[in-house]
Amino acid sequence: MATIILFAPLIGALICGFGWRIIGETAAQWTATILLFLAAVLSWIVFFIFDPTAHENGYYTVQLLTWIESGTLTSDWAIRIDRLTAIMLVVINSVSALVHLYSLGYMAHDDNFREGESYRPRFFAYLSFFTFAMLMLVTADNMVQLFFGWEGVGVASYLLINFYFRKPSANAAAMKAFIVNRVGDLALILGMAAIYLQVDSIRFDDIFAAAPGLAEATITFLWTDWNAANLIGILLFIGAMGKSAQLFLHTWLPDAMEGPTPVSALIHAATMVTAGVFLVCRMSPIMEFAPAALAFITAVGAVTAFFAATVGLVQTDIKRVIAYSTCSQLGYMFVAAGVGVYSVAMFHLFTHAFFKAMLFLGAGSVIHAMHHEQDMMNYGGLRKKIPYTFWAMMIGTLAITGVGVPLTYFGFAGFLSKDAVIESAYVGAQGAFWLLVIAAAMTSFYSWRLMFLTFYGRPRGDKHTHEHAHESPMVMLIPLGVLGLGAVFSGMIWYNSFFGHTDQVARFFGVPYEEVHEESHGDTHSESAEAGKDEHHYVFAGQPGQGAIYVSPENTTLDDAHKVPTWVKVAPFIAMLAGFFLAFQMYIRRPDLPGKLAENQWPLYQFLLNKWYFDEIYDFLFVRGAKNIGRFLWKKGDGAVIDGGINGLAMGIIPMLTRLAGRAQSGYLFHYVFAMVIGIAVLITWMTLASGAN
Amino acid sequence: MDNLLSIVTFLPLLGAVILGVFLRGDDEAAQKNAKWVAFWATLATFLFSIFILTEFEPDNTGFQLVEEREWIFGLQYKMGVDGISVLFVMLTTFLMPLVILACWDVTHRVKEYMIAFLVLETLMLGVFMALDLVLFYLFFEAGLIPMFLIIGIWGGKNRIYASFKFFLYTFLGSVLMLVAMVAMYADAGTTDIPSLLRHQFGSETFSLLGMQIFGGLQTLLFIAFFASFAVKMPMWPVHTWLPDAHVQAPTAGSVVLAAILLKMGGYGFLRFSLPMFPVASDIFAPLILWLSAIAIVYTSLVALMQNDMKKLIAYSSVAHMGYVTMGIFAVNQQGIDGAIFQMISHGFISGALFLCVGVIYDRIHTREIDAYGGLVNRMPAYALVFMLFTMANVGLPGTSGFVGEFLTLVGVFQANTWVALVAATGVILSAAYALWLYRRVVMGDLIKESLKSITDMTRRERAIFAPLIVMTLLLGVYPSLVTDIIGPSVQALIGQYETAVATFEAATQVASN
Repeated sequence: MATIILFAPLIGALICGFGWRIIGETAAQWTATILLFLAAVLSWIVFFIFDPTAHENGYYTVQLLTWIESGTLTSDWAIRIDRLTAIMLVVINSVSALVHLYSLGYMAHDDNFREGESYRPRFFAYLSFFTFAMLMLVTADNMVQLFFGWEGVGVASYLLINFYFRKPSANAAAMKAFIVNRVGDLALILGMAAIYLQVDSIRFDDIFAAAPGLAEATITFLWTDWNAANLIGILLFIGAMGKSAQLFLHTWLPDAMEGPTPVSALIHAATMVTAGVFLVCRMSPIMEFAPAALAFITAVGAVTAFFAATVGLVQTDIKRVIAYSTCSQLGYMFVAAGVGVYSVAMFHLFTHAFFKAMLFLGAGSVIHAMHHEQDMMNYGGLRKKIPYTFWAMMIGTLAITGVGVPLTYFGFAGFLSKDAVIESAYVGAQGAFWLLVIAAAMTSFYSWRLMFLTFYGRPRGDKHTHEHAHESPMVMLIPLGVLGLGAVFSGMIWYNSFFGHTDQVARFFGVPYEEVHEESHGDTHSESAEAGKDEHHYVFAGQPGQGAIYVSPENTTLDDAHKVPTWVKVAPFIAMLAGFFLAFQMYIRRPDLPGKLAENQWPLYQFLLNKWYFDEIYDFLFVRGAKNIGRFLWKKGDGAVIDGGINGLAMGIIPMLTRLAGRAQSGYLFHYVFAMVIGIAVLITWMTLASGAN
Repeated sequence: MDNLLSIVTFLPLLGAVILGVFLRGDDEAAQKNAKWVAFWATLATFLFSIFILTEFEPDNTGFQLVEEREWIFGLQYKMGVDGISVLFVMLTTFLMPLVILACWDVTHRVKEYMIAFLVLETLMLGVFMALDLVLFYLFFEAGLIPMFLIIGIWGGKNRIYASFKFFLYTFLGSVLMLVAMVAMYADAGTTDIPSLLRHQFGSETFSLLGMQIFGGLQTLLFIAFFASFAVKMPMWPVHTWLPDAHVQAPTAGSVVLAAILLKMGGYGFLRFSLPMFPVASDIFAPLILWLSAIAIVYTSLVALMQNDMKKLIAYSSVAHMGYVTMGIFAVNQQGIDGAIFQMISHGFISGALFLCVGVIYDRIHTREIDAYGGLVNRMPAYALVFMLFTMANVGLPGTSGFVGEFLTLVGVFQANTWVALVAATGVILSAAYALWLYRRVVMGDLIKESLKSITDMTRRERAIFAPLIVMTLLLGVYPSLVTDIIGPSVQALIGQYETAVATFEAATQVASN
């Protein structure tokens, strides 16, 4: 079954990429879509029937083929199914199947292509190929296969961003995405090399088993000695920063919105960008022994969540707003992982996939309705024109802003998962907690701003476009509906599995756990008000490698997160309300306010509008820097110094040689043969003499 | 077949002789015949060489299929292959039929052109199989003559300058290597390579012209060989002949140059420098690692700024060869496995990239990147092929380019993390120059008037690319095809190397105490 899940998308990609000439465009698209639905259904079956306790260490592996073998470095093509993989399978295949379906409608007509151009099968081929690569990533049982998937999704992303290949902006964005990701890949490769150096293997089993040893080991890297676990953790996380668009390596994500909107939903919201989070969770056995790496992850995640939210406040391109929102939400996930609650990181990843894909597909539906207009300043009052889309977006917004009933388990998906992240952050890192709460307020603000600008108020912009705004076809609305179910219910249904009591989470992830008595550990919590409610108290008790994630027995953040003060639990809700009312005030009641505010705070506004000037700084430092150095090395290094030196030398030698040979016209070849023959003659003479002497 | 290796080596030469003796005239029919004869000769060579692979036993780390006989002037003719050389033989025989196909449209002095390639193939095969020092030297140096001719007669406008420069570079190395060979004979009393491999060259420090030579005779011999191999490789900073040679060479010449001739340097390091002069190699390894790292970054940056497609790919070749030298002188299993893999894989990928340039050069007759743009609009199949090899060049997992790059990086990380870091930036830079090239040539809208009627790849062109695509993907997905063959020999090589270095270090410690 796992094999079918893995290869169905690849077959779909091949059929769409090459077979469409035989079976026709429409048939090819449907084939790919149906294969994806097959994979999705099977993924859900795997997800539900997967029982970690039925397998040793909570996973099973299907070997396909050996891959790279060199000395003790060996790796296979394999499918490893454990709880983490099962979650990712569901996320990837569900969203991908729905995006395929949606694309049948969205890509039906595209003004970027000319009459008679067969762009549709190509699009579906890329989508399916992406899905395959992503599945390879999450089913890997060793670092190199993970890296294969990692790069495979990078290429798919490159191809899809570049899909409108005639647009120079798309070409540039695609390149940027690939190259910025490669910066992270550099660290990832070094991380793999460091792992191999320490563990003598790149298989997950061996790595996890060796994790406790890594905490004790030191590794000499560059100028100093490092703790092996910390170094590896940090290097891997830098890789994750690239793929998951964390601060400093985030610049590619907003530009990636050049791709068609279904791509943004699938790749740049629900799946590929969460690969980094997946990597950190997958590597939890190492991370648990790497406190410095975890602190680094928390810091980067929190700052990213904050930074991206500030930029999202002022963007006017609907897709860019959502892109920055994605960037910000990924920061939340990393904070959760950084404070050692990997299950919560996965929880937010899981719910986020549904509501963010939904927001993007909803935005796509708006864009579709508005003839590819993406500037929200030209929207307005679309609520009546496209009611289904409006309601879909509304559900997405309610989910992302975290609407729910405080202090209960009743609310939209984002309410439960985001609050889980924030509560965990309060226990693990207070600074991150505050950044996340502020970011939550801003999330609420920009999400509602998007809603108000798009669906409320008076129509702005081109009148003609507004008059012709139309609801999207059913193939586009059905996916919205399905994702809507996820955005509403996924949090409530799986709350206990991801963020329940320790024993519930441990069972879900197949991690051994044990009961402990209150007094045996921690006098800090025994007094807390809610501790009394727990009849039993559990801690994770596995060895690294047992179960899908590893949480050390000392790490009780998950448990403690349930016992945070009430104000902490309510804080994100209040932040959400604050953001909502501010947006309501500025975009419904006093639409003149934003303009005035921008004028009053001109430098700040420009700073945010220009995304903290990251692009400009990078362009100056790296792009132009590299070009200038390249030109210098070429003209001065190769040209003046090396060639100059050699030509100078040559001017001395060659005339002498030509005189020697007496044939000025013969040139190089003659000399060459001449020298060789002389050489051989000398050699033979010597040998004859030498052997004669013997 | 007792003389399988000789058959494979001299079959192309036989083809050349047939062409030279029997083919008369220069009309269209004669040209066609010349091409067909050359094609069949190279194809037959390839088919025969498959027997080498089937006869070859990977677990046997010694030389196999050895042929030995008396030759003129008391020299011996000795051929054989081991795990290190056998795949280079296969690479050569595999690529040559494709090279012949790639020059199907040549009309200028076709017969001579074909003869040049056939002779070249014989000489290249000889380099990889020769087990006698003199024989090796003959093949090694003579192999450059047909290459000179190919560039000098069928090359571009500046061909004389390019081949002249090529000559300048190789000359000094050749002379030094020759002197070193004489010295080796003097020291060991034989030119038999297997015997030389067992011989221990002196490594006691002595003083020469007032200078203390650490590592003694080995150091001097190493330097002499290094001068020759580093140029052939080419390593920074003696690489500037390569871009010029590539630019002036005809497409088929570029393919041979990049795919096979460049590998002679790497092969030389593995056959001579490491096993015969282990102590000197150990002394020079840090220097070479740094030269390799510099090469990767330096030439990648230079490649970024090129406006000539061939120059860009040539510089990228230098960068990729940087991974090779780096892997070799990391001297561990991953490093050397990776280096050999990288050389094999680079043979397919760089060859294909030069063919990609050739495809559009044949149509538009310029290599200027600025003259192109938006080719995907009219050449979708070409865009796909070019994309695949661009990604392979960048080192995408799933293509053969990744395996070599990854293994060498893992290998060198164990030797020196600074070098690993610097070299790993090549991962970013290669993406930058390769994708930028692709963008400027293939992407965008097609607006240039001159390109409006360009046609997609012909059936012949597709036929040339198909085997290369298959090999690139096959080795990317199942690299054990290569590593199983080279692994044992590499392991043996490393074992001997480490023993020798350890002995030397123990000796010096005793001496210093």
